[in-house]
Amino acid sequence: MSTEVEEPPSGAADADEIASEAAAVAAPDVIADSLGEYVKIWLARVRGGDSGALPVLLGLAAIVIYFQARSSLFLSAGNLVNLMTQAAWIVLLGMAEVFVLLLGEIDLSIGYTSAIGATFTCWLLVPPNPWPWPIAVLVGLAVPAIFGGLEGLIITRLRLPSFVVTLAGQLLALGLLLEVMDWAAPGSGGTIRLYSNVLSDIEGGAMSPLAGWIVMIAAVALAGTLFVVRDSRRRASNLAAPPASVTALKIVLMAVAGVVVVLIGNTNRGVAVAVRGVPWVVLLILVVVVAYSFLLGRTRFGRYMYAIGGNAEAARRAGINLSRIRVAAFVLAGLTAGIMGIVYASYLGSVSTNVPGGQNVLYAVAAAVIGGTSLFGGRGKMLGAVLGGVIVAVIYNGLELLGLGAAAQYMWTAAVLLAAVTVDTVARRGRSTT
Amino acid sequence: MTTPSADDARPATAGRASAPDSDQAPQEQETHQAQAPAVGDPAGPQDANGADGLDGAQPLLRLVDIGKNFGPVRALSDITLDIPPGQVTAIVGDNGAGKSTLIKTISGIWHQDHGQILWQGRPIHLHSPKDATGLGIATVYQDLALCDNLDIVQNMFLGQEPVRHWQLDEISMEKTAKRTLADLSVVTIRSVRQPVGSLSGGQRQAVAVAKAVMRQARLVILDEPTAALGVTQTRVVLDLIRRLKSQNIAVIVISHNLTDVMSVADRIAVLRLGSLVAVGPKSQFDAESVVDLMTTGTSKRLAAEPAEVSHPAGQSSGSSSEH
Repeated sequence: MSTEVEEPPSGAADADEIASEAAAVAAPDVIADSLGEYVKIWLARVRGGDSGALPVLLGLAAIVIYFQARSSLFLSAGNLVNLMTQAAWIVLLGMAEVFVLLLGEIDLSIGYTSAIGATFTCWLLVPPNPWPWPIAVLVGLAVPAIFGGLEGLIITRLRLPSFVVTLAGQLLALGLLLEVMDWAAPGSGGTIRLYSNVLSDIEGGAMSPLAGWIVMIAAVALAGTLFVVRDSRRRASNLAAPPASVTALKIVLMAVAGVVVVLIGNTNRGVAVAVRGVPWVVLLILVVVVAYSFLLGRTRFGRYMYAIGGNAEAARRAGINLSRIRVAAFVLAGLTAGIMGIVYASYLGSVSTNVPGGQNVLYAVAAAVIGGTSLFGGRGKMLGAVLGGVIVAVIYNGLELLGLGAAAQYMWTAAVLLAAVTVDTVARRGRSTT
Repeated sequence: MTTPSADDARPATAGRASAPDSDQAPQEQETHQAQAPAVGDPAGPQDANGADGLDGAQPLLRLVDIGKNFGPVRALSDITLDIPPGQVTAIVGDNGAGKSTLIKTISGIWHQDHGQILWQGRPIHLHSPKDATGLGIATVYQDLALCDNLDIVQNMFLGQEPVRHWQLDEISMEKTAKRTLADLSVVTIRSVRQPVGSLSGGQRQAVAVAKAVMRQARLVILDEPTAALGVTQTRVVLDLIRRLKSQNIAVIVISHNLTDVMSVADRIAVLRLGSLVAVGPKSQFDAESVVDLMTTGTSKRLAAEPAEVSHPAGQSSGSSSEH
C-alpha cells in the first residue's frame, strides 16, 4: 500500500485530532459551537496559513500608523474622504480583475478598455446636444464589456493564454482609445470634459449628513437581518449555524465600520465653506460589492466560477459549460472596468488619452491579490478586492501626502504586491501538502 | 475485425431473448447457481446459454461482444459480460489489459467499435457520459474529479444545484448531502461544509461515491478506489462498497489489489490483453488463480472446473494475439 497518504486517526481517542485538522482548513462558521471555539478554530486557521483578512488588516493598520506618524494630515477628515475617492476606482478595477483571477486567468486590457468606455460616455454628454446620461453610461459600460467578451471568445475558442490575448488587448485598446478620441473630439488634445453633473457627483459630490446616516443604518440593518434570518433558517433545518454571539459580533463590527465611515464623511472638511457628507461613490461601491458577492456566492454562475478555478476538469465532467462561464467572466470584468472608467472620469473631471492604463491594471491585480484572491484561481472574494484596493490607495495617497513622487509609489506598491503573492503562494503550498 | 461470424450471432440472440425478462430483482442465489456463466470470449454457443441462464435473473448491465480498437491496437476484443444488480463485480487485469477502456465504454466516454450494451435488457447507445449518468451509471474515476476549493456539499451538487428564489438552495443541498453520507455510514467527516481539500483519501473517495449515489445511480463504477490509500482508509472504502451493495446498487470495482478484490467482490472478471479470460463467482477463484489468469490467461488451479474459464490461450490464433 502507498505510504504517502497519512493514516487517518482511528477510534475516539483521535477525534480531537480530526477536529483540529478540520479546523485548520474549514470555515469556523460551520463547525464552531460557541464564540470561544470560534476564536480557537479561527486561530488554528491563521496558523495553518489560511488567515483570511487578518494580515491584510494588520498590514493596513501598520501602513496607516506609519503615514500618520510622518504626516498628521493623513488621518484628517479631508484626506480620508480624498482617500475614499482615490480608493474607489482602484477597488472597482480590482473587482473586475477578481472575476478573471478566480478562473486562473488575467485581464491586462481593462485599464484601457475602461478609458474607451468613459470616452464614449463623455463624448455622448458633450453639449450642445447631450444624450441623457443613463444612455451615455450604458454605452460606456457596454463597450468594455463587449471588448472583454471578444477577448474571452478568442481565449476559449482558440485556447490561447489569457495573458497574451489581453496583453494584445491592452495594446489594441490603447490604439482604439487614441482612434476614438481623435474621431470623437478632434483637435481637443486628447481630452474630453465630463459634462454631466450627475456623473461628476459620483466622486465630487456627497450625500447630506442625514442621508449618510440613513443609508448606513439601513445597510447594517438589512445585512444584520439577512444574517439572522439565514442562521435561524439553518437552525430550523437542523443544520449547523454560527453561534449567535459570532453573528452578533459580525453585525457590531459592520456597524462600527459604517459609523466610522459616516463620521469621517460628515466631519467638516471645507476650509472657507463647510463641506460635509459621505461621497456618493461609497454607496456605489457598496452596491457593486453586494451585487457581485451575491453573484459569486449565491448563484450557480458564481459556484461554477469557483469550480472551474479549483478544478476545471471536474467542472467539465459535472456538465458545466466552461467556455460560456469563461467568456461571461471576461464580459463581467469588462463591464466592471466600464464602471471604473466612468468613476475615473468623474474623479478627474474628464477623460484623456493620457490615462495610465497599464499602471492602473497592475494596481488592480495588486488590489485583488492583496485582498486574498489567488493568482492560481478558485479562491478570492469581492470584499477582499475592496480591502486590497484600500491598501493600494493608502500607499498612493500617503506617499503623495509626504511629497514623495512616483518612484516611491511604485516601489511601495511593488513591495506590498510581492508580500501578498508570497502569502498566497505559501498558503497554497501549505494547503496542498495537507 | 477478426470476429467469427458465429460469435456475432450468438450473444445478440441471447440478449434479445433475455430482454423481456422480469425486472431487476436482487438475485442473491445467482452466485450459487451461476456455475456456468463463465463467458470467455469466443467460447462457443453453449456458453451463451450459460450466460442467458443467469438463473433467469436479468442482469442490470449486459455487455455483448464489445470490441474497441485504437488504430491498429486492439484494446478490447469481444467482451461479453453480465453485471447483476446488487452485487459487486471486480474487474481485474494487469496494466494494459483493457480495464480502463472497458469502463470508459460503459460510462459513455467513448463508443465501442462493435458489440452491444444492454441496460436492463434494452439495447442502449451511450454517446456521452451524460447518457450513462442519465441511465444511472455513475463512474468514480481514480482522480475523483473533486474541486479542492469547494466544500463537500458544493462538490456533491456541482452542476446540479437546486435554485430557489433566484439563489442556490443551500439548505436543501446540505440536508440531502448529509443524508446521503449518513446512508453510506460515512461518519468521520465533521462538517459537510469542510473544503474537500482538507479531507483524507478515504473521505474524498466517500464524497465522490456519495456524489454518484445521490444522483440515483443503479450502477457505480469505481476505478482503483483503494490505489492511493493506506490500510485504514482502504477499510473505509471497502465498507463503503459493501454499503452500496446493501442498498441494492450494483458495483463494478476496477482494482489491482487482489486482497481488496477477494474481500469485497461477489464476482470476478479477469481481463488479459483485451480479452475476458475468466468470469464467475468469487468462490471459484483464489488469489493465486487470479494472478495466473491475469498473467498467463490460464490457471492450472482451475483446470478441474473447465466451465469456469475459457482459455483464450487455446484459440489465441483468433483474437488475443496482440497484432
